[in-house]
Amino acid sequence: MTAIVELEHIEKRYGAIAAVNDVSFALQPGESVALIGHNGAGKTTLFKMMLGLSRPTSGDIRVLGDHPAAGEFAARKRLGYLPESVSFNGALTGREVLAFYARLKDASTEKIDSLLERVGLTAAADRPIRTYSKGMRQRLGLIQALFGDPLLLLLDEPTTGLDPALRLEFYEIVQELQQQGATIVLSSHALTELEERASRIIILNRGRMVANGSIDELRKLAGLPIKIRVTVASGKAEKLSALVGPVPNWREINGHLVEFDAAPGAKIELIRRATDAAGPAQDVAILQPTLDDLYAHFLRRHGEAAA
Amino acid sequence: MTNILLIAWKEIQECLRNRWVVAMTLLLAALALSLTFLGSAPTGNVGTSALDVVIVSLSSLTIFVIPLVALLISHDAIVGEMERGTMLLLLSYPVSRLQVLLGKFLGHLAVLTFATAFGYGAAAIALMVSGAEIGGGSWAAFAGMILTSILLGAVFIAIGYLISALVRERATAAGISIGVWLLLVVLFDMAMLGALVVDQGRTISSAAVSGMLLFNPTDVYRLFNLAGAENVSVLTNMSGIADQASLSPTVLLATLVIWVLVPLTLAWLTFSRREL
Repeated sequence: MTAIVELEHIEKRYGAIAAVNDVSFALQPGESVALIGHNGAGKTTLFKMMLGLSRPTSGDIRVLGDHPAAGEFAARKRLGYLPESVSFNGALTGREVLAFYARLKDASTEKIDSLLERVGLTAAADRPIRTYSKGMRQRLGLIQALFGDPLLLLLDEPTTGLDPALRLEFYEIVQELQQQGATIVLSSHALTELEERASRIIILNRGRMVANGSIDELRKLAGLPIKIRVTVASGKAEKLSALVGPVPNWREINGHLVEFDAAPGAKIELIRRATDAAGPAQDVAILQPTLDDLYAHFLRRHGEAAA
Repeated sequence: MTNILLIAWKEIQECLRNRWVVAMTLLLAALALSLTFLGSAPTGNVGTSALDVVIVSLSSLTIFVIPLVALLISHDAIVGEMERGTMLLLLSYPVSRLQVLLGKFLGHLAVLTFATAFGYGAAAIALMVSGAEIGGGSWAAFAGMILTSILLGAVFIAIGYLISALVRERATAAGISIGVWLLLVVLFDMAMLGALVVDQGRTISSAAVSGMLLFNPTDVYRLFNLAGAENVSVLTNMSGIADQASLSPTVLLATLVIWVLVPLTLAWLTFSRREL
């Protein structure tokens, strides 16, 4: 299986500043990858280099068999890109702009109507884009990225400006494409959204790749404790404490809620003890480290290593 | 080729929507018509064709107006799209930067051609309707003027693209465009005139003069239209220069074409190196 995208030791310098520093990864068909990092961590720069809009200072990039840094662009026919804060010429109507971009990709313009319908832009399609709201432009941007049955979708902060219902619709569309075998790369600040949707997570910090793996792999790597939260009848927290035994980070949140950490290996045993039939437990919840926790962990670790 | 045409058509669409086409055509038509009727009054009927008079006054005006209009639509072409963020999306499509540049050039040139042909054509039609007699030679000179006006526009569109590809901000592009316009349309001739007056014909030969004129596209245009056609050159007292300058219309036309190709090529090279 050949990789859809391959980056080898990519470095991009602007003067003395390294926007991207020694980043390597390969993406396989059908993967959905979340690129996360602060503003200025190098996400947008990576996208631009994959598109050939910007050339790496050193290193090699291959995208769908092309070398974008050498100016090859044939493969961009099967590539969809949604830039961060996408913009269009305001004088033309939504439908005109979409027809232009579809033809530029040699794609059929027949799907435009159904796509407009799907993202709720049918009524606005024949109005000039300058009358559109930010969210409407974003939806237009999403449609253009879908032209030409893309094998690779690069989505830079795709859900900013979309309301929750449209976000769901958006992820549904993306998932359909993924099921057809497309590779998706998306960056976002909304980490909880990505958690269930990305098969792989790449964390960037100040141009360096600090983590690369599925969420389970990252959890294992981070070794962050799992939190167990138990609801007890009021005043019974001490009784629970006696049952569970000594555990790290015992916290009584209020009279009913108790939370404590469980090392990865000790989880089952602790739950068994806490939920003893004769005990005070009324309910129990297991809180895995979220993507937010993992992100914070890897940034902290990278910060310490750099210091 | 399809990509170039698609981009050209989009450019035309945008110019239509911005009322650029209408505004430019009306401006040129208004200038041409007012010159036709006001300008021919003082000459009375002295045996020169009315159209020749129009060619003289209109081409003098074209030298000021067409470069300005051309720079106005072109200085924004690259840096403006980059600033607005529309270039980012366009270049992520399967198009080369040369295709983008040529597409824009074709589109802008089409708009300019339309405006010039209809704007100036209005003057000729008005003359015909008013019953003036126009000889075949005058028609040829008039057609030549429209053609070279479009070429002059193409030169300044190409120069505008070069400026647009070089700078980081739209405001800078606008400033440089005004500077280039002043230099080529006003200052160059004044400096040359000054040099000739000071020199009194001692060291600067007429061959050198004609050589120097080729370095300014507006002078090439002037030579072609004011000195080229025989009937016209008598009117403008440019025949002396034309004889001495010994530049055939073919050479002048070729020079204008070179004046289009050189800035356009430089614009392409600069644009290709730009990172977004």
